[in-house]
Amino acid sequence: MSIYQDAIIAGFGGQGVMLMGTLLAVSAMESDLEVTYIPVYGPEMRGGTANCTVVISDEEIGSPIIRRPLTLIAMNRPSLEKFQPLVRDNGVVLINSSLVEPDLTDNGRIRAYHVPVNDIAVELGNLRLANMVALGAYVRITGIIALEVVIKSLSEVIPERYHHLLAHNTRALEAGAAEIEHKYPSGG
Amino acid sequence: MSKLFVKGNEAIARGALDAGCSCYFGYPITPQNEIPEFMSKALPETGGQFVQAESEIAAANMLLGAGACGIRAMTSSSSPGISLKQEAISYMAGSDLPGVIVNISRGGPGLGDIGPSQGDYFQAVKGGGHGDYRQLVLAPGTVQEAYDLTMLAFDLAFAYRNPVMILGDAIIGQMMEPIRLIRREAQDREESESWRLEGYAGRKPRVIKSLRLAEGTLGKHNEHLQQKYLTARRECRHEEFMTDDAELIVVAFGSIGRIAKSTIRRLRQKGYRVGLLRPITLFPFPSQALQDLAEKGKRFLTIEHNMGQMVEDVRLALCGLAPCGFYGHLPGNLPTPDDFEGSILKEFASEA
Repeated sequence: MSIYQDAIIAGFGGQGVMLMGTLLAVSAMESDLEVTYIPVYGPEMRGGTANCTVVISDEEIGSPIIRRPLTLIAMNRPSLEKFQPLVRDNGVVLINSSLVEPDLTDNGRIRAYHVPVNDIAVELGNLRLANMVALGAYVRITGIIALEVVIKSLSEVIPERYHHLLAHNTRALEAGAAEIEHKYPSGG
Repeated sequence: MSKLFVKGNEAIARGALDAGCSCYFGYPITPQNEIPEFMSKALPETGGQFVQAESEIAAANMLLGAGACGIRAMTSSSSPGISLKQEAISYMAGSDLPGVIVNISRGGPGLGDIGPSQGDYFQAVKGGGHGDYRQLVLAPGTVQEAYDLTMLAFDLAFAYRNPVMILGDAIIGQMMEPIRLIRREAQDREESESWRLEGYAGRKPRVIKSLRLAEGTLGKHNEHLQQKYLTARRECRHEEFMTDDAELIVVAFGSIGRIAKSTIRRLRQKGYRVGLLRPITLFPFPSQALQDLAEKGKRFLTIEHNMGQMVEDVRLALCGLAPCGFYGHLPGNLPTPDDFEGSILKEFASEA
């Protein structure tokens, strides 16, 4: 059985969406998988939503751009509204429930995971860790990459001047994964 | 050697460095800015020269000057900026000068947008400046290829003493993939020893120019150029994917080639016998490979992110041996595998 996973990761500019994408992608590379990452830029970059697409496979990857993804990480409401209708049936949608009402979820069609990533990040001492909480939750849900590899890859994507924050980021990734284990013990 | 996870633009810059490029001249424009950004740091560190020129025209003429001195040099830009460089490229072609030009193209015409497009195919392969000249054109489809083909571009530029263009788009420039680097020995200066300008002390002076007024000299020079382009045909490169048993061959280059590959995989699962031919060199064009497939009875569909440019070369190559349909994806819209499915199925249905 071949491995294939694609994800659209979307949020406000400043939520660290691009960093989530590159960390996921580098972790895939470190797991000896094929991977592509493409940021969507243009008018959307200025003030609106920012998003990127990551494709992971054990075979050569064709398109780096995906219209209908298998998985979505929606860090805010506009991202959920824009991309949820495009997620394939029975696809995974990870929702930042700190910012998005649960009744916006297309529950029958997709598999929704509500994680209050902002609140968890604030508990950890820094709202800016919300992206890492979300990514930790995402890898635990999908199982596409081992959490340990993501943690090990942190130092490759975080600029050296921020390496004193590696431990904080590690704790945030672990907290996201733990939230999934606690809230969705049967895997959702 | 371990892998690096980089943007296509950075891969091009690294490919240039590893091919011995020691001079870069450019002027900023989206979506290729990571190339000058990388070069502005890396070149001074390795003893090279980085110049942010006052304009694209100046940068292209600096490339001409560096080429005349036998220096491995590069300039890069995006579509509108590449238009400004055409005069110098024509002069380089006319003077038998090597140089690498990178076009990370964007939507046009005019200022267009900053998104991907393949609208510069004609400009790249037909000689975008004045006069009867060609440049070699390489079209990467992956970030690794962006690195590898940039290295190749320098070798070809010096082997043929001709401008070589890397034609990418905003997808190739902005996407990130793992690459493996190839470490090379430092470039020796032998390749340009017989012609470069370096001061003539102790020998006869050399002249490098494109002006040829003496009777018969321009004709002779044009003959020499045509012979060069003919010889360059041996540099043809292309990729074939699932063509053996295919009834229909999709022809697509660069980013569109790889996106079409996803569509083809999907249609294969549904039982459609589709394959892909992805030209890697756009000039010289892989005409022979197309003819070989046509002689096996295959039909063709060209897909481009423009309104129909390479399709003319495909039809010229096929020369009536087989029909070739066309699907053009509009610039300003990001292409996905879903966008090509309909046109491929339609082409299947149109079977005579």
